[in-house]
Amino acid sequence: MKKVVAGADAAVHDIPSGATIMLGGFGLCGIPENCIAALVRKGVNNLTCISNNAGVDGFGIGLLLEQKQVKKMISSYVGENAEFERQLLSGELEVDLVPQGTLATRCMAAGYGMPAVFLLAGVGTEVADGKETREFNGKTYLLEHAFDADYAIVKAWKGDTMGNLIFKDTARNFNPLMAMAGKITIAEVEELVQPGELDPNHIHVPGVYVHRIFQGTDYEKRIEQRTVRKKD
Amino acid sequence: MGLNKEQIAKRIAMELRDGFYVNLGIGIPTLVANYIPEGVNVVLQSENGLLGMGPFPFEGEEDPDLINAGKQTITTLPGSAFFDSAMSFGMIRAGKVDLTVLGAMEVAENGDIANWKIPKKMVKGMGGAMDLVAAAKNIIVAMQHTNPKGESKLLPRCSLPLTGVGCVKKIVSDLGVFDVTPDGFVCIEYAPGVTIDEIIAKTAGKLTISPSVKEMTV
Repeated sequence: MKKVVAGADAAVHDIPSGATIMLGGFGLCGIPENCIAALVRKGVNNLTCISNNAGVDGFGIGLLLEQKQVKKMISSYVGENAEFERQLLSGELEVDLVPQGTLATRCMAAGYGMPAVFLLAGVGTEVADGKETREFNGKTYLLEHAFDADYAIVKAWKGDTMGNLIFKDTARNFNPLMAMAGKITIAEVEELVQPGELDPNHIHVPGVYVHRIFQGTDYEKRIEQRTVRKKD
Repeated sequence: MGLNKEQIAKRIAMELRDGFYVNLGIGIPTLVANYIPEGVNVVLQSENGLLGMGPFPFEGEEDPDLINAGKQTITTLPGSAFFDSAMSFGMIRAGKVDLTVLGAMEVAENGDIANWKIPKKMVKGMGGAMDLVAAAKNIIVAMQHTNPKGESKLLPRCSLPLTGVGCVKKIVSDLGVFDVTPDGFVCIEYAPGVTIDEIIAKTAGKLTISPSVKEMTV
């Protein structure tokens, strides 16, 4: 079992143009910074990206958008990015807006081997257009399909060479769900350790879901909204 | 005159009950956390994966791995818990969260809400709003009664794309407090300095004044 790769470039080496990729993170929190940079270097394009947000100008998925590498974004909220808005309004970029809980649950369904789930979010809105519905206990639900992603790229706090992952604080967000959902899952971690060094009780994603892992470098961890209070 | 944003938040905070799990949306709803009444213990849920959201960190103690759904740096409290996004919306969907407070561009007399999209103008996405309004047991909307042009935001029907149908239970606006009932909006409180005539004039949807209507205490 050899899951450890040398670095981000090796981890994404076979991702082709046109691939569907899940990218973990909420805003800029818990995003796979190293692999995004490697995808920019690699220059693949026509990507379909499933990610809650689309980064900001000059950081995160914003870097892929600047190089026009993204064909389609599947996201719940994309408001922080002027370049995104420009490409969307000019028709260069497709976007599929999905309610956040639906986005998370469609990832979860893929990781649990369920083809679809029934969800309440969006009933009676344009999100329901064209979707199959079914009634349970007098309420209407939408049939929502599991995502089908070629690759999932996630960022974890700690991982071991078996691919077991632990996330930190709210940097967990979509990362475990996407890690479980990818046909090929790539995990970049802040600290890569040997088997036995992580307590099995604390593992968030067991290594069976993870195909490639490496210790990332130079994390910037940019803060979107720095809010503080003064000490009295 | 009517209420300012802080007063709207303060009035909503009076709806909190001891033991509530509460999700506060971005904007005025976030301010509700500043006015939680003494002796009332609530647990704040942030849909990006935290129960037990604490105040902003002290300067220099910000942690980029610890943010709320508005992407602001925050802190935890004793008893906090982290979880992934599917579990976060799972607990919302399963009715474990007692109260959701969020903003709105429009609310209709039947409880429909629109707050995510202005066609051809603002298309940023719905984030978690559709999940929250579809599932939350109790939804209070914090909003200005009229838009900047002076037009009512309490309408017979929403004109903007909907976020959810028939889900809003209560509105606290700058002019008063309104229950959303099968019979339309019912004004139960008016803000200090606001007349019933003004409320009637600025409410386009079906409005009834409760026989026990009273001036709001804020």
